[in-house]
Parts: sequence; structure tokens; C-alpha cells
Amino acid sequence: MGRTLADLAPDEEGTVASVEGDDSLSHRLAELGFTAGAHVRFIRTAPLGDPIQVGIRGFELAVRAREARRVVLV
Amino acid sequence: MVTATTDPAPQFAGATQDLILGGPENPFVVAVLGNPNTGKTTLFNALTGLKQRTGNYAGVTVDSAIGSFVNGEHNFMLVDLPGSYSLTPRAPDEVVAVRALIGSGATARPHVVLCLVDATNLDRNLFMLTQVLEAGLPVVVALTMVDVAKREGISIDYRTLSKRLGAPVIPIHASKRQGITQLKEAIDTASSSGSVPSQSVGLPDQIAAEVDVLQSLLENGTAETKSLRTRFLAHRILMDRDGYLSNALGDAVPAKARAAAAEARQRLSSAGHAIPGAEIDRRYAWIADLVNVTVDRAGAARFVWTRRIDAIVTHKFWGVLLFLISMGVVFQAIFTWAGPFMDLIDTLVGAVGSGVGSVLPGGAFRSLIVDGVIGGTGAVLVFVPQIAILFALITLMEDSGYMARAAFLMDRVMAGFGLSGRSFIPLLSSFACAVPGIMSARSIEDRRDRLTTIVIAPLMSCSARLPVYVLFIAAFIPNRTVAGVLGLQGVTLFAMYLVGIVVAPLVAWVLKKTRLKGPDVPFLMELPPYKIPSWRVVLFRVYDRSWAFVRRAGTVILATAIVIWALSYYPTQPEVQARYDMARAATQDEVEIDRLDRAEAAEKLRGSFLGRAGITIEPLVKPLGWDWRIGMATIASFPAREVVIAALGTIYSLGDGQDESSPELRATMQAATWPDGRPIFTPAVAISVMVFFALCSQCAATLATMRRETGSWAAPVFTFVYMTTLAYIAALLVYQIGSRLPAIT
Repeated sequence: MGRTLADLAPDEEGTVASVEGDDSLSHRLAELGFTAGAHVRFIRTAPLGDPIQVGIRGFELAVRAREARRVVLV
Repeated sequence: MVTATTDPAPQFAGATQDLILGGPENPFVVAVLGNPNTGKTTLFNALTGLKQRTGNYAGVTVDSAIGSFVNGEHNFMLVDLPGSYSLTPRAPDEVVAVRALIGSGATARPHVVLCLVDATNLDRNLFMLTQVLEAGLPVVVALTMVDVAKREGISIDYRTLSKRLGAPVIPIHASKRQGITQLKEAIDTASSSGSVPSQSVGLPDQIAAEVDVLQSLLENGTAETKSLRTRFLAHRILMDRDGYLSNALGDAVPAKARAAAAEARQRLSSAGHAIPGAEIDRRYAWIADLVNVTVDRAGAARFVWTRRIDAIVTHKFWGVLLFLISMGVVFQAIFTWAGPFMDLIDTLVGAVGSGVGSVLPGGAFRSLIVDGVIGGTGAVLVFVPQIAILFALITLMEDSGYMARAAFLMDRVMAGFGLSGRSFIPLLSSFACAVPGIMSARSIEDRRDRLTTIVIAPLMSCSARLPVYVLFIAAFIPNRTVAGVLGLQGVTLFAMYLVGIVVAPLVAWVLKKTRLKGPDVPFLMELPPYKIPSWRVVLFRVYDRSWAFVRRAGTVILATAIVIWALSYYPTQPEVQARYDMARAATQDEVEIDRLDRAEAAEKLRGSFLGRAGITIEPLVKPLGWDWRIGMATIASFPAREVVIAALGTIYSLGDGQDESSPELRATMQAATWPDGRPIFTPAVAISVMVFFALCSQCAATLATMRRETGSWAAPVFTFVYMTTLAYIAALLVYQIGSRLPAIT
């Protein structure tokens, strides 16, 4: 498996290749705009280490690192 | 002309009826929906002003704000549906919008859908709009946050956008009330014409063919043929891979249709159209084209302020410090800012009570009005300022965007006992009142997380527990300092709040390890841009919740107070009366008469229904260090815990109408003794009572809300049993251990 959203460094950007899995989490991520070609940005980690703050399609989202690992980057 | 009618359901769209559609008796119904954080509440307020109420909209068992406005000759009823990201629901609050658009049984479909689209966040907002356009209903698009978008360098070609969507697009600046007139006009036109959007994303042929099949299956044996409604329903059912929507709609989706949808998904998946992935990709591709021709993002500088603020608010050190300070401010505010207002209400209630008491003739009726009605409800109205302040602060945190950051910060902590940051908001709200706290758990997608949150929410010390703490601490905890700086009374109060804060995670942890065991739930939460909170939104919420509380005081609590009064007043004991009358006649001493009055009241109380019951249950509460009077006051306050103040007042032979700051009740309790002369209340007993109240489930409204929100009695019954058991055991331990420690007895 390639690099994922969780592997980015703070303030680093990437492009979505795919979202792993076929369950309600992967569907919700897709609905929120995590589709192939979308730009994502890792903003920062929460003070206690998890979740992380990410940017996608002009808005920001909190996701746990475990979920961010589902977002595979190009 | 409008003619008289007996039609009980006048809002049915298209039904023949005597009432003119759009007339005052039969308004056009407008469903208002959009993504969360699009300024929906602000726009709703701008459209309807104060002409709104919280209510249940036709069959939807969720409180939606319902408002109205008039445009020219037409009347409109607006229904505010919960914010949602898509019409493929996965949480109870997301079902509400879809159910309203589909309509079923007694639920009328709206005449128009007003869909909000945030101009600063077009892609994701347009995603749900493309689904809404397919509902087969007239749609009006309100483009919100256009001012912010402009500032951020985003320019939008509204005309082209409107043409491509096949629906009117009205730019809005709700807080400055710009665009509201045009929006009302557009809603009016759409309602009158009834024309549905002319454009749609369109489905790949194979998916469209499956929707056709499913639609005819749904229409089989009904009056509908090729209706836009069933087409929309068929489409949504096909996309509903987890069956969440079908289950929520129940009979509206026959088992045959569910099975057919599952088979169709199989076929589509093997043909390379994974459901719902294929549809989602199609929509975003369509949106990309649309945005390409209508939006210019050249030079866009996004979230400048939000990023700067977040750098501090979610900072490893400053963020945590700020979080602790804000929680501190919330609690400080409830305890201190409310004080003067509470005193004021208190004085007013007292004045009304003695005013009314002086004009009424003595006897049962005066006692009922003064002690039962005025005293009972007055003791409760005193908490309105605390409720108002708490709701104001919580709404400020929500509306500014801070609440989402607090949840972001707390997620790791919540994960430690099996929940997520999503549960933080309902739990924090529960410090004000568990009822809105439990209701706000609707946004939690996972059923187990949601149930766990609902079941532990009442452990948070709500504002109704505060007066109990205040009364007992002021009376029985010495006012001295510990560790040099901290007041012992303040520390005790804080400790009472800690009881719930410590026990709730333990209960959650146990539940998530046992009955509600399941895979870890994902945590996904939008962090909306910060904004200056709208004072209208805050004031309306404060007004709405405070008024709800006052209404409750006027119904449930009033009824309980009257029952307690009756049980402690009856049966009348003329022989006791006669005996004391004789004793009183034999003396001139005022003090002695006063003593006789009190002794008489105490004796009558022991002989009352309440007293007899109390003496029966005394063995049960004695191990907690309580006498029968505390026991009865506690039992009386099971419907609503704040009743205990009024109950103690009555029971401690003072007459009703005591409140927690009344020195008289405090003094009587301090002086109360067991038959052998030992004082009843020691610090150990006081703490035992407080711990009991901290943990016990004493709120009928909370249990009823749980029943409504979870759809079964299992959660409220479980909550009642576990909380009451925990409360008893904890109070027992506190007293048994506490009374053996020489320091606090």
C-alpha cells in the first residue's frame, strides 16, 4: 500500500488516489469529497496525538489517524 | 373565497381540498435543509423572525423548528430539518430530511425545498444539492456566506449556476438581511408554479435501469404511476447499502423492494458500478464541471483567521490550557453570575406567596395554593437563571465553532473509554440539562456509541442538582479553608461534580466492553470556520430552553408538588388538632405557642400518608445514615430531583415553599435530631445525601426523552436501575466509611 493521508507531515499536501474498503466509513469519506484526484492537506495533530486535522475541498475535518490511513494518496 | 372545512390534514400537496393553498389556514410547506454549518439557523430566523416554535413535524419524532412568513397573499410554513451531508442517511438526524422529502403515510411532502449552499464550500454543499434536485419537488437554492466568499476571493456566476442547476439561486447575507426579500419571492414563485428542477446529474444507464425496475416494484399495487416521488424513493433505496434508510422508513419500503435493491446492487457491482461509490464519483465529476464554469477562485485566500485561531486553540499547550479555562468559566458562571437573579426570583416568589396567603382563608385550600402551588413551583423557577446562562454559553461555544475544537481535543480522552469526540457535546450540554444533551446525541452515527452516550448523560451533574448541593454544603460543610487557599465548601461542590465525571466514563467503559461491545467507531467531524456568534441565535435558544423549563415547572413539577402536599396534609387528624388546641389555650407564652405549633405539625406529618409510608421505609435508608424524612423527600423527588427542596421544607414541619438559601430550612435541618437526641445531619450524612443525588436517576423528563430518542423502554429502564443502584451503594459506602472517620463526623 502506498502513502496515506496519515503519513503526511504537518502542512503537507497530497492528492487522493482512492479510499480503501467498502463500508459506511469509506462511503462517508467519499461523500465528503475524498474522491480520486481531490487535494488533501494534513494540517496538524490534536494535542493528545490523535485525531488529526485535515483540509479537503475547501473545508476542514477532524479524523482519527486510523481512518486517515484509509485514504491512499497518489 | 375560503370556505369552512373539516379536513384534518390540510397540508397534503395536490390533494383536492376546500381550502385555498397558500391561504392562512393552509400554508405552503417549505422544507429547509442543507449541510451543517451553513448558517441555516440564522437564515431561518431571518425568514421567520420570532414566528417560530419547536415542534414535531408530521410524524417526524424529532423536534424541528417550525416557522412561518407571509409573502403578498401567500402564507408559508417553514420546517427546519437537521443539517446533513447527504441523503444517504446513517444517523437518526440524517433520516429526518430524507423522510420529509419522501413523505409517507400521514406525512405530507413539502411543497418546496429550500436548500442552503455555503458559497465558501461549494463542492461538498453541491453534493447534497444534486441529490435534493432529484426529489421531484420544486427547489430554491439559498447561497449563503457570499460575503465571506467574496472576502476570500471566490467569485460565483449566480446566473449560470442557476441555469445549470435548473433551479433559482439566491445569494444571501442573512445577518445583514440582504437577499431575504428575493428569497421569499423565489419561494413564492416556486410554490405557485410547482415546477421541479429541469437539470440533474443523471445516472449511468445501467444504474438508471435498476432504478426503473425498483420504482415499478414500489408502485405495484398503489395509486402512483411513474411518479417523481417513487422514482426518488427507488433511487435512495438503491443507494442505501446498509439498509439504514429502509429500516427507518419501515412499511414504506416493502420487503420485496429491499431484496430487489440488494440484488440490483450485486448486479451493478459485478458490472463495475460499485454502489454507492459509482454514484458519488459521478456527482463529484458533474460538480467539478459546474464549478469550473461558474466559480473563479483566482487569488482565493481561505480561512486566514480560522487558521490563525486554530494555531492557538488546537495547540499542544495553549489549546489544552484554553480548554480548561473555558470549562472553568462555564462552571464559574453558573455558580456566581446566576446568584443575583436567583435571589430576585426568590424574593418575588416569596412576596407572591405571602400576598396570596394573606387574602385566602386558612385551611386546606390556602395550604394547597401557598405551600403546594406557589412554594413548589417557586423552588424550581429559581433555577431559570442558571439554565439560561448555561445555554447561552453552550450556544456561544457551538455557534462560534469552538465546540467542534473542544470535541477534537477531547476525542483521545473519550476514546480511552470507548467513545469518540462526538459524545463530548451531548455530555457537556448535560451539565445544563440531560434532556437537550440526550437530544443532541442524534448526530452520533454509531448506534452503540449513541446509546452509551445517552445512558451516561444523566450522570453529569445537571443544574437541578445544584440547589441540593448548595443547601447541604451551606448547612453541614464547615466554611474553612483547606491547603491554605481553597474553601472547603467550594472543594466539596467541585467534588460532587467530579462524582459524575468519574463514574460516567467507568459506566461507558463497562458498557462498551459488554452489552454494547463492537468494533471501534470511526470519528469524522467537520471543523467549521470560526465566526462571530449571532446574538439572535443565542438569545432565541436561551429563550426557547428557559421557557421549556418554566413550562415543565408549571406541569410535571407542579403536579408532583401538589401530590406531595396532599400526601403530607391528609388524612386530617382532628384528634391531634384538638389536643394541641387545648395545650395552646393553656398558655400565653409566644415561644411556647410557637413550639406547640411546630410539634403539632411534626406529629401530624408522622400521621399523614407520607409519614406512615416513610416510617415503613426507614429500615431501607437507615444504613445510609438517613432518617425517614430524608428518605421520603428523596422518594418524592424521583419524578424531578429539584422537588426535594420543597419536599424537605414540607417534611421538616416548616410548611412548604422553602428554597435552598432559606436560613430557616437550613437551621431546622441543623437542629433535627433522632429520637435519642443525636443530630440527624452530620457531614457524613450530608455527603451521603449529596452523593446519592449526584448519581441517582431522578428525572421523569430525562427517562421520557430517552424512550423517545431510542424508540424503546430498554435504555430508560436500564438507566433508572443502574443509576439508582449505584447511588444507593455509593451513599451507603460514603456514610459507613465517613461516619467512622473522626475528622468529618
